[in-house]
Amino acid sequence: MAKEYSFYPGCSSQEGASSSNYLTSVQSMCDVLDIKLNVIPDWNCCSASIGYCGGGELPRLALSARNIALSEEHNAGQDIVATCAACWLATKETQERLEDDEGLMAETNEALAEAGLKLKNENKIRHMVEVLIEDIGYEEMGKHVKKPLDGIKIAGYVGCQTNRPFGIEGESFENPKYLDKFIETMGAEPVENYDKKVSCCGGALAFSEPDKSQALIKDIIEAAYDGGADMIVTPCPVCQMNVEVYQDKINAKYGTKFNIPVTYYSTLMSVAYGKNGKESGLNGQIIKATKLEEIAAK
Amino acid sequence: MSDLNTSMVEKYRNNFLKEVEAHVEEGEWVKMCMQCGVCSGSCPLGPHWEHPPQELFMMIRAGKREEVLSSESMWMCTSCYNCIVRCPRELPITHIMHGLAHYATRLGIEPKGQPTRQFAQLFWDNLAKNGRVNELWLGVNLYFMNGLVEGIKVAMGMAGIGLGMLKAGRLSLKELVGGHTVKDKKGFKAMIKKAQELEAARVDK
Repeated sequence: MAKEYSFYPGCSSQEGASSSNYLTSVQSMCDVLDIKLNVIPDWNCCSASIGYCGGGELPRLALSARNIALSEEHNAGQDIVATCAACWLATKETQERLEDDEGLMAETNEALAEAGLKLKNENKIRHMVEVLIEDIGYEEMGKHVKKPLDGIKIAGYVGCQTNRPFGIEGESFENPKYLDKFIETMGAEPVENYDKKVSCCGGALAFSEPDKSQALIKDIIEAAYDGGADMIVTPCPVCQMNVEVYQDKINAKYGTKFNIPVTYYSTLMSVAYGKNGKESGLNGQIIKATKLEEIAAK
Repeated sequence: MSDLNTSMVEKYRNNFLKEVEAHVEEGEWVKMCMQCGVCSGSCPLGPHWEHPPQELFMMIRAGKREEVLSSESMWMCTSCYNCIVRCPRELPITHIMHGLAHYATRLGIEPKGQPTRQFAQLFWDNLAKNGRVNELWLGVNLYFMNGLVEGIKVAMGMAGIGLGMLKAGRLSLKELVGGHTVKDKKGFKAMIKKAQELEAARVDK
C-alpha cells in the first residue's frame, strides 16, 4: 500500500520555476517507491530565510502556519513533507516556535482566523530525505535499482539548510554521510572526504552579493574536482541553482574551466530506477548531466 | 529618523540591551553570549562583517545602539546556521541577526542602499503580492534596484544565465503577466495584515 504524505512543494518547484526539474524527478522517484504525495491545497510561500526584512516574526510565522493549518484540514493526520530545504526549515521552525510560545500561538491563530483557518500544530514536518531514510530505508531504496550508475563519481554536496539547524536524525552537522550512502546505493561512487560538503553557497546572497557568494561557490566546485568528481549532487534547490548556473561567471573571473553538472539526489534515483531523461528532469540541466543521460537512454 | 526610533531612544535611554530583549526576535538570548568567537570563525562571509556577531553582542551590552542598528554587518548573514549549531551556549544567532536587521528596518535606521537589505525587501514584497514567489519579477526587480542604467548593465551581464534557465524550462515568461498565485488571495492578505498589526502593537507597547 502506498505511503501517503501531505506535500508542501514550494515556490521554486512550480511550473516554469527554478527547481521544477527537481519536482519532476521526485515524482518519478516516488512513483517507483510507492510514495503518494498529496499536495497541500492552496499552499503559500514560506518566505524562506530572506523574508525577515519585510516580514518580521509574526507575519513570517503566519505564512507557515497557514500551510500547516491547511494540511491539517485537508490532509488530516499525514506528515507534512517538503523537498525544498528552506520550505522544510521555515515550516519546522514555525512549528517549534509556536510550540514553545503560547502568546505567539494565540496571535498566530488570531491572524489565521482572518483566512478562516485554525492551527492545532500537531503534524510532523519532514524533509523528503528523512522519508527516504526513515520510512523507506537504504535497503528498499537499493532494491528498485534497475540501472546502477556504474562508473560515475559524485560529490555529495549537502549544503546548509538540509543539514542545519535541524539536520537528519543520527547524522552529524559537520560530516553527514547520508548523501554519500544515497550515491552508493544507486551504484555510483561518492567522493570520499569531500571537504566542502556542508559549506555555504551564499544562499539568497548569491543575488545580492554575487562576488562574495561566487567565491564560496568556486571553493565548493573546486573541491569536487579535486576529489575526482564527474558531477555534484544536492538535496537543496538553492544549492543546485547557485552551484550550477554561475560556473561561466566564475570561469571568467578566476580563469577556471568549470563545467560540472549539478543534479538532485532524486535525479540520480530516478535514472537508476529506469526512468527516462525527461521523467528524471534531465532536460532541466543547464550543464548537461551527460553520464546520466547516457544511462537513461540505454 | 522615525518617530518610533525617537520614542524608543527615550524609552530605553542608555539600556540598549533591554530594548533588544524586548523588541528583537530572540533578543533575550543576547546576554548569554560568552564572547568565544566561534560564531564569527564559522561564518562563511566572516571576513566581510565589520562587526562579527560576538562583537555585535558586546556592542549591544555596551549600549552602542546607533552603531549596531545602522551597521551593514548583520545583512551579511547567509542563513547557513553554522553559528547556531556550533555556539556552545546555543544562542539562536542566525535569528538574532535577522531580528536586528528587521528591527533596524522597522525603526528606519538601517543602511538603506545595502544590497541584501534591498533584495530581502523585494523578496517579501514579491511573495506578499500573490502568496507565492514570482521568480521572473524578483529577478527583474533585483537587476533594476539601483536604477535603469545600472539595471541594464546588470541584466545584460545576467542574460546568459537567464537564457539558460529559459531553455531548461526553469524560467517562464508567463510569469511576466499574472503568474503563480494562491487562490484565496483575500484571506491570505487579511491574515498578513492582521499579523503585521499584532506585531506592531507589540512593539508600540
